[in-house]
Amino acid sequence: MKGLLRLRGFFAFALLVAALPLLFPDNYFVTVVGVTIGFNVVLAVGLNLFIGYAGQISLGHAAFFGMGAYASAILTTRYGWSPWPAMGVGLVLVYLIATLISRPILKLKGHYLAMATLGFGIIVNIIMIETVEWTGGPDGMSGIPGLEIFGWAVDSDLRWYAVMAVVMLATIWLSLNIIDSRAGRALRAVHGSEVAAQTLGVDTAYTKSQIFVFAACLASLAGSLFAHQQNFISPVSFNFFFSIELVTMVVLGGLASTFGAVFGAIVLTLLPQVLVVFEDYEVLILGAILMSIMIFLPQGLFVGLVRGGKALARRLFPGLSAAAARSGAGS
Amino acid sequence: MLDQILQFLITGITIGSTYALVGLGFAIIYNASSVVNFAQGEFVMIGAMSAVWLLATGMPYPLALVIAVLVTTCVGFALNRFAIRPARGATVITTIIITIGAAIFLRGAALLIWGKDIFALPHFSSEEALHVGAATLLPQNLWVMGITAVMVLAVRWFFDRTLMGKAILACACNQGTASLMGINVGLMMLVSYGLSAFLGAVAGILVAPIAFTSYDAGIMLGLKGFSAAILGGMGSSMGAVAGGLLLGVLESLSAGLISSGYKDAIAFTIVLLVLILKPSGLFGRKTADRV
Repeated sequence: MKGLLRLRGFFAFALLVAALPLLFPDNYFVTVVGVTIGFNVVLAVGLNLFIGYAGQISLGHAAFFGMGAYASAILTTRYGWSPWPAMGVGLVLVYLIATLISRPILKLKGHYLAMATLGFGIIVNIIMIETVEWTGGPDGMSGIPGLEIFGWAVDSDLRWYAVMAVVMLATIWLSLNIIDSRAGRALRAVHGSEVAAQTLGVDTAYTKSQIFVFAACLASLAGSLFAHQQNFISPVSFNFFFSIELVTMVVLGGLASTFGAVFGAIVLTLLPQVLVVFEDYEVLILGAILMSIMIFLPQGLFVGLVRGGKALARRLFPGLSAAAARSGAGS
Repeated sequence: MLDQILQFLITGITIGSTYALVGLGFAIIYNASSVVNFAQGEFVMIGAMSAVWLLATGMPYPLALVIAVLVTTCVGFALNRFAIRPARGATVITTIIITIGAAIFLRGAALLIWGKDIFALPHFSSEEALHVGAATLLPQNLWVMGITAVMVLAVRWFFDRTLMGKAILACACNQGTASLMGINVGLMMLVSYGLSAFLGAVAGILVAPIAFTSYDAGIMLGLKGFSAAILGGMGSSMGAVAGGLLLGVLESLSAGLISSGYKDAIAFTIVLLVLILKPSGLFGRKTADRV
């Protein structure tokens, strides 16, 4: 019961995700934009573990997303592999690369870490552009086959919605459970103070590298799915700018809040869709959001809203919140 | 072969001069406020773009250049006043994201004002190439190198010899103590950002006749400037200048001798190696970690 209560936000969200396509089966925002949201949520929730909880920074996360996508695309189109083993190879490759670079890179802190991850992301993007005979260069790769799950072809928007809903919810569930586990407490200790965490017996280097590799693997998986869903990929989808967009999603919702990252991913995917006039101003507004949130609401929009809502509820219904506080203390 | 290398050196030192000025701007802001300013490259872009724009209104060339530099300096003031100062006391990650946000914002503004076209400024003097052995050299290359040298010496003089320069250095050591000594810390921060933007604008204008400019030219230049500052050792201004020149030469050599497509990748690989093997930079002092 206690476990169910802890995950009540998750169940409410899962219910919403399941209800949307039943209520609006032909709605563009649900079945098309919804799938894109799914990818971004998986990426943002993974990155949030590294940035929000472990207190590190990565300005090159799109690289892992791209590696997964290109591994799948190259193996399926150039070598005729079927999608699942290709996805597995991509995952192993990203696991190895992330593990290899994590130790030396994660020794760095703050600005240096930002520069190192950024440099890594740019190098990977340049390789995608330059190895034309493999990746098709700046023009990208087309003709990537779709996905089939035990004979069930994922060939419509609605079916992709179902697949991404499952992957997204699984990611959120994993993230919520990691945070409340021993590893999650170690992460937060690293965020508070690495030295203090070390004195308490936390292997900080291992903890950081573990969560970095985990986020990278999630991104690789999302990348593989992205390649099969789009049937076409090009280096633009995995550039420096997208890495920044991912950081924006994490920051917008609120650092160190899984649903903050979900919120950020949803808002930032929807914004350009909702406002058509937004197109010319997209870059300007993205920058303004990033700046003003960090200046005025460094804890993030979602976290700020939740806190504000709770404070408002306390003021309006003092009796109710006192009861809630009692029951909260009781559980 | 030797002539070719000479040619690459000339190109490398020219582009390296830009990196040096941007890196110097990085170091000044980092020293004064411990902020790594990811919007540094946007100063370069704004300097060059506003010069192009002012020139198109029919303004005389030298006047357009001066006003463009002043406009950019004001953008530097504004960045400090409206983005950095309100967030004083924020964590490193927060300030990094704020300056990235500012960079994206400025880039978006430039896109709205000037569109996606690529512009170039006219050369400062004749476009006739000079010959050094078998290598060629444009007068603009000399302008870039010469003015960069003057700027670097002037910055050096400013910090070594003037009261205001010393006051900024005092703020870099300890802001609290500096303000007890009667130094207006807020004003010094403003001046550092302005100076840094000034240097960025000069770099942008110097190189715009050779390398062209567009609304999105800032990001890469800013990152190269940051790389220069890291190569030289974060916080060492002359280190940043040396780092910038070194980066420019290495980049030009690798573009010429290895592959032009990979030149940025090679530059960033070098920076990564320096970060991993010698994080204090090639010329920086080793500092202890504060807990």
